[in-house]
Amino acid sequence: MAHIEMSEQELRERTRALLEASNPDRVDQYTFRGVQYDHGLAWVHFPEGYGGLGLNPKMQAVVNDELRKNAKTFYEDLNINPIGIGMGAPVVLTHGTDEMKKTLLRRIFTGEDIWCQLFSEPGAGSDVAGLSSRAVRDGDDWVVNGQKVWTTLAHISRWGMLVTRTNPDVPKHLGMSYFLLDMKAPGVEVLPLYQITGEAEFNEVFLNDVRIPHERMLGDEGDGWKVAITTLMNERTALGGGSGRRGGGPVGVLQALWKQNAERHSGASRAVLRDKITQLAIKSELLRLTSHRARAASKAGNPGPEGSVGKLAQAELYKKVWECSLDVLGADALVYEPGYELRRPEAEERRDHLLYAKYQFLRSRANSIEGGTSEIMRNILGERVLGLPGEPRVDKDVAWKDVPRGG
Amino acid sequence: MEFAFTEEHEELRQTVRRFLEGKSDEQAVRALMATERGYSEEVWRQMAEQMALQAMIVPEQYGGAGFGPVELSIVLEEMGRTLLCAPYLSTAVLAVNALLAVGSESAQADILPGIAAGETVATVAFVDAGGGWEIDDVQTRATADGAAWRLTGRKAYVLDGHVADVLLVVARAADGVGLFRVEPNASGLRRDLTPTLDLTRKLASIELDGVAATRVDAGGDGAAALRKAVALTAVALAAEQVGGAQKCLELSTEYAKTRLQFGRPIGSFQAIKHRCADMLVAVEFAKSAAYHAAFRAAESDDEAEILAAAHLAKSFCSDAYFDVTNETIQVHGGMGFTWEHPAHLYFKRAKSSAVLFGDPLEHREKLAEHLGL
Ligand SMILES: Cc1cc2nc3c(=O)[nH]c(=O)nc-3n(C[C@H](O)[C@H](O)[C@H](O)COP(=O)(O)OP(=O)(O)OC[C@H]3O[C@@H](n4cnc5c(N)ncnc54)[C@H](O)[C@@H]3O)c2cc1C
Repeated sequence: MAHIEMSEQELRERTRALLEASNPDRVDQYTFRGVQYDHGLAWVHFPEGYGGLGLNPKMQAVVNDELRKNAKTFYEDLNINPIGIGMGAPVVLTHGTDEMKKTLLRRIFTGEDIWCQLFSEPGAGSDVAGLSSRAVRDGDDWVVNGQKVWTTLAHISRWGMLVTRTNPDVPKHLGMSYFLLDMKAPGVEVLPLYQITGEAEFNEVFLNDVRIPHERMLGDEGDGWKVAITTLMNERTALGGGSGRRGGGPVGVLQALWKQNAERHSGASRAVLRDKITQLAIKSELLRLTSHRARAASKAGNPGPEGSVGKLAQAELYKKVWECSLDVLGADALVYEPGYELRRPEAEERRDHLLYAKYQFLRSRANSIEGGTSEIMRNILGERVLGLPGEPRVDKDVAWKDVPRGG
Repeated sequence: MEFAFTEEHEELRQTVRRFLEGKSDEQAVRALMATERGYSEEVWRQMAEQMALQAMIVPEQYGGAGFGPVELSIVLEEMGRTLLCAPYLSTAVLAVNALLAVGSESAQADILPGIAAGETVATVAFVDAGGGWEIDDVQTRATADGAAWRLTGRKAYVLDGHVADVLLVVARAADGVGLFRVEPNASGLRRDLTPTLDLTRKLASIELDGVAATRVDAGGDGAAALRKAVALTAVALAAEQVGGAQKCLELSTEYAKTRLQFGRPIGSFQAIKHRCADMLVAVEFAKSAAYHAAFRAAESDDEAEILAAAHLAKSFCSDAYFDVTNETIQVHGGMGFTWEHPAHLYFKRAKSSAVLFGDPLEHREKLAEHLGL
């Protein structure tokens, strides 16, 4: 499937036409984003009728630029519905039925339906294909039992992307299936998990005799791993894109903090910190440019293993940027104003730079764990991109039920 | 959009690659680096006659191809892959950039056609002994002697200065910094080959003791224009660094697939695999930096933006190239430490190219100023 060609000029005109039809400063999020979807400007690389125009994905930047320029309100997809937009939509588009595309995609984009990803389990993280939750066929339904963990946003989600085992007698990758789980269904229990930041953005999800109709299976029985890979590749691209604008994102906050706090430092330590910030600014800009290059080179369809370049680089870079922010704050780094009282994060919570940096110093520790750890990214780059040999495997051709596992 | 190579660009890359694989393999590099001249006159001629490589950024009116920084960077990237030994950076990049920046029309008409035709080896003596690539460091003096000029000073790290037919010298006159031409055999001029860390790129020192010179710039203070010429040369050099780094990544990956220890390829050990993955990320970032700087230089008319992109590229690509060559030695074990293996050739090229035209710290210092840090 080739991309349709459209000039930047025409796309800008279409975006302005959207703003004529609906103005985000005047109507609510759901209304405006609904109209944006109907204009094919939600995700321009999707087909017409499903919120897109069949263009190259890099053209979305043109739409966003025009939206930012012409209205005060701009919705960041990541704040609206990170998992639904980043992963749910491409998965539904690739593996879903026409019925699913018609009923689900628009509500993902508007944010009416928040989505979550039910992959990780207590015994299966990096090795997610080793998971133990089970689905057993019962008439037209599947009955699921098991426990999921680290499920971001499960507490406010309408739909969950669930991978679970449907056949324990074949090797692990072959015995899983992928379902859309109604998070309101009986037997789904969501409990908050208290995190390093004091927040609970993720959850434990217990599944007790949860019934899922067979038509909510994505792909065929036993295709779970294939659909999961589509999900994960899109997740990594979503987590490795850097900032849309030069000097934006975390390094923009760091630079602003430096301008307010440079006076705290003198002599050699000031020079060293300044060079450190410059190096981080350079890498941030290169992260942005590299993801831009990757998008320009991308063929139609879902991203491949190269996406792990951005995921790995962004995780390691952002951790360093926030560490450096605390260095810039000097002794003030001893204070943590928000405290650690358990709270649920609010998507629209506005923090000032200083508090935001302290919070992100803690939050960014997850960058090299969530969506696949940095070690797993290096394995993928080494094996799938550079073609280096894999490690000796003890679980490859063994039935899942015969593989030793802990927790 | 920020950068996109065209099909013509890809074709250029492939043609240059094929040519260099034939003319500049490891054996050729090793043979040339052991000579004092440092390059093959025959290959130099073929580069001009078959490929018009020296003509890349020379304007068409002077017999050139009239290309810009993007096409030049493609050529340099390929040269970096094979460590081509030739006075290309000095002649076709630095000297041309300097002449285009400050040269008078008559000097351009006089010198550029010979460069484009591959008949001339030219260079710019920029750095004063004990100084750096900062134009304010230039102390060599130019004094008027009737209509002619006389130069006095000591120049160091002159690219191919021992063989250049056209010697251009940056010197300080009463009205500012200018560009002067001296005859290589003029009296009072002495040039010596420098024993270099990197044998694949020759450098010379030049002493000037009241040497007769002609002024080749268009007059006035050329400091700003020369600074830009150096920045454009640094952008080309960054592309050369990318080519070398990519080649080293390939050498390391290949070796990691084939070298067996403990009954398995060393690339199946994560300690090695993860080093290779980190090299890949560094090379991808270096490409973004170098390509972006070349496209900025070609397409932007904002001087400060061009310089900032050049500083970013030269600092990042220098560090990335060095790190990748360093890791290449490690991945190859004892083999990587031998003279026979090419790892050290890239390692030394990486270090020398990091220092040429300003080291990473100096470029970051300027970028920090640009960012208002
Ligand atoms: C903030 C946050 C949000 C998350 N949100 C979600 C979510 O919404 N949905 C979801 O399903 N999951 C989610 N996760 C889970 C995440 O995907 C897992 O934590 C991650 O895949 C790692 O699994 P693990 O925690 O079990 O660690 P483990 O896999 O046990 O890893 C422990 C350590 O061992 C290393 N390791 C493991 N295997 C290898 C190997 N083969 N080679 C080298 N090193 C190895 C790891 O790199 C790591 O350093 C989230 C995690 C975080 C931190």
